[in-house]
Amino acid sequence: MIGDYNKATPRHTELWHGARDTVPMLVGAAPLGMIFGTLAVPSGLSPAAAMAMSLMVFAGSSQFIALSLFASGTGLAVIVLTTFVVNLRHALYSANLLPHVARLPQRWRLPLAFWLTDETFAIVQQRYAADDGSPFKHWYYLGSCLSMYLNWFFWTVTGVVAGRAVANIGGLGLEFAMAATFVAIVVPLLGSRPMLASALVAAGVALLARGLPYKLGLIAAAFAGIAAGVALEKGRTDDPA
Amino acid sequence: MTQREISVIAGMMAVTFGVRYLLFGLGGRAELPPLVRRALRYVPVAVLTAIIVPMLLLPDGHWQLNWHNAYLAGGIATGVIAWRWRHLLGSIAGGMAVFLLWRWMF
Repeated sequence: MIGDYNKATPRHTELWHGARDTVPMLVGAAPLGMIFGTLAVPSGLSPAAAMAMSLMVFAGSSQFIALSLFASGTGLAVIVLTTFVVNLRHALYSANLLPHVARLPQRWRLPLAFWLTDETFAIVQQRYAADDGSPFKHWYYLGSCLSMYLNWFFWTVTGVVAGRAVANIGGLGLEFAMAATFVAIVVPLLGSRPMLASALVAAGVALLARGLPYKLGLIAAAFAGIAAGVALEKGRTDDPA
Repeated sequence: MTQREISVIAGMMAVTFGVRYLLFGLGGRAELPPLVRRALRYVPVAVLTAIIVPMLLLPDGHWQLNWHNAYLAGGIATGVIAWRWRHLLGSIAGGMAVFLLWRWMF
């Protein structure tokens, strides 16, 4: 009994702490989930599809972009390709967390990968950096994942319901909320010259190439911006990522 | 759900999970080349900027480079607050307030 108790408690403590430490991120994601749910139906997505997207894709910014592409009648291949480019940053997160999860069995690695988001990465990275030697930090990771996942789904549903209940919800300026969110994410990242150059080049190409079909201008702009950033930091050997 | 919805969700799920799981699944048997790691750091800034800028400057598909453009005013307000205070929710809320004020005034 006492042995079981000692084994189980640290796991549950880690699980609980992971969820608890993610609360600020839950607050930040709540309006986004709600806006996504609200905009989904006016964008031509059925309520069921909006909820299925939040459950199965679980990637906020790419869900927003998919909405705008879906509304403009963009083809499947372009929506999937754009999602891929937008979510490429998760490869970087997984590269950073890999040393900590590499020895876990697949039944852990699979769900922890599925639930890897910007928010959970930010929280979990701090936990792994603490040198207290806890062997159950993956439970902390799981707690962060589960709270983000349930939160995202809850607010998506709330948004879908609100979107149907409130007439002319599109007139409230929610579509601007998406732009504001992206601005608020990007601006604090612009602290270095390569980052600034990356943003300027991406903006310029996006404006010049906006006439291209299937929003291919977005993909061209993304790659041009990435190339500009990498080119400018050439010669520097630090890899703070 | 329509056939189009199902294929869009399935396609998005496949690429998103693929990106997230690739390295975890291999479990350390492969790692990203340094150049790829460096390039990935620019993905959020490049992609999000490419989405935002046309939205703010051409909100209805036409150039709106003037002070009546509520998207531009709200976007600038969001950016200034985000830069100064680094507070995500505060900058979204402040930008929304300026956007709504602008649309009411003009």
